[in-house]
Amino acid sequence: MAIKVHGYPFSGATQRVLATLAEKELEYEFVNIDLRTGQQKTEAFLKLNPFRQVPVLEDGDLTLFESRAITQYLAHTYADKGTPLITSDPKKMAILSVWTEVEGQRFDPQASKLGYEIVIKPMLGQTTDEAIVAQLEGKLAEVLDVYEARLAQSKYLGGDSFTLADLHHLPVINYLMGSKIKSLFDERPHVSAWCADILGRPSWKKVVALMKH
Amino acid sequence: MVVKVYGPEYASSKRVIVTLIEKEIEFEVVDVDAFKGENKSLDYLKLQPFGLLPAIQDGDYTLFESRAIIRYYAEKYKSRGTELFGKCYLLFPFHQQWLEVEAHNFNPPLNTLVIHTIFSSKLGITPDQKVIQENEVKLGKVLDIYEERLSTNKYLAGDFFSLADLSHLQLGHYLLNGAGKEYMIRDRKHVSAWWDVISNRPSWKKVLQLFPYLN
Repeated sequence: MAIKVHGYPFSGATQRVLATLAEKELEYEFVNIDLRTGQQKTEAFLKLNPFRQVPVLEDGDLTLFESRAITQYLAHTYADKGTPLITSDPKKMAILSVWTEVEGQRFDPQASKLGYEIVIKPMLGQTTDEAIVAQLEGKLAEVLDVYEARLAQSKYLGGDSFTLADLHHLPVINYLMGSKIKSLFDERPHVSAWCADILGRPSWKKVVALMKH
Repeated sequence: MVVKVYGPEYASSKRVIVTLIEKEIEFEVVDVDAFKGENKSLDYLKLQPFGLLPAIQDGDYTLFESRAIIRYYAEKYKSRGTELFGKCYLLFPFHQQWLEVEAHNFNPPLNTLVIHTIFSSKLGITPDQKVIQENEVKLGKVLDIYEERLSTNKYLAGDFFSLADLSHLQLGHYLLNGAGKEYMIRDRKHVSAWWDVISNRPSWKKVLQLFPYLN
């Protein structure tokens, strides 16, 4: 198969790429890199990604890492397949790009640290640091206030339709919706509706089903 | 129409300005003093809802997030000035990959280092030696990978200067100017050579001349 993904089903970054492949209706081979047993530290994996992070995409001769570079590559290269996840209009694409940067720079740093404290640590038998949680909740709330205002005037973050700007959020929002800070999303009507919409997409449900296997 | 760049004194704004200079795009600047809270004014928040710098105005069109801005102008003026994506389509994904590496692996530990070593008193925080050490170690590991990469490639994305290299200039500058961490660059032969090449580009020298760093 031309497309191979080296990843871990529970890694948010891996899920970001799998969601994109599902939206683009692309077939691929999945190579499991078990992070719990340190498979990302093998010499073989190091050759794929010197930063020892999942996922890595192989597409023919091309090897690519960094999930948000991979999703952009897929959206661009397979523009004619499945859901359009970017746009060819330069000004609209730049707005989309603004919101993919917002996800990467404003949302993800707070949200994934929160996910780590509230969801991952208990799974590993470690204690959640409530002081850090309180601090991060405050910061995430401020970010979500901006999202609320944006989604009040735009159906999706990047514009009128679902794009990478929305998709990139799926893995972390999915984790956080199953936690006590779900309220941060529920309290904001436009954010809440947007979350329900994107989490309800068939492509995302496929990724969730993979996690269950 | 001339592009307006808000907050030229700040590091991320310089990411935009160096790109505009490389692409030979005319621009003007609007000073925004974040230490006086000018970035939280209602007018500024209309441009950048997070109150961060930079934002740009291009006629009626506004953008924020410096990496989105530079990608827009590099694409819009693809055939003007320096080619910043790589000459052929096949090379395009690599600059994206290394731009993400800069954003998620290089920038975060360096940003924390800069806050604790240079801006702590201005921000009213106590420099935390443990935090400084942890982030120095994190950044060191990233720079080890850069050293390996740059031992076989002239630039990060390949044999061409791209947005990915350019994006390191504005915060990387502090490692050698103010943070007292020059050794992190100089002790790594290929990183050091790469740094000298990219920081000696006329565009970056122009940025430093026109908009000196605050500290």
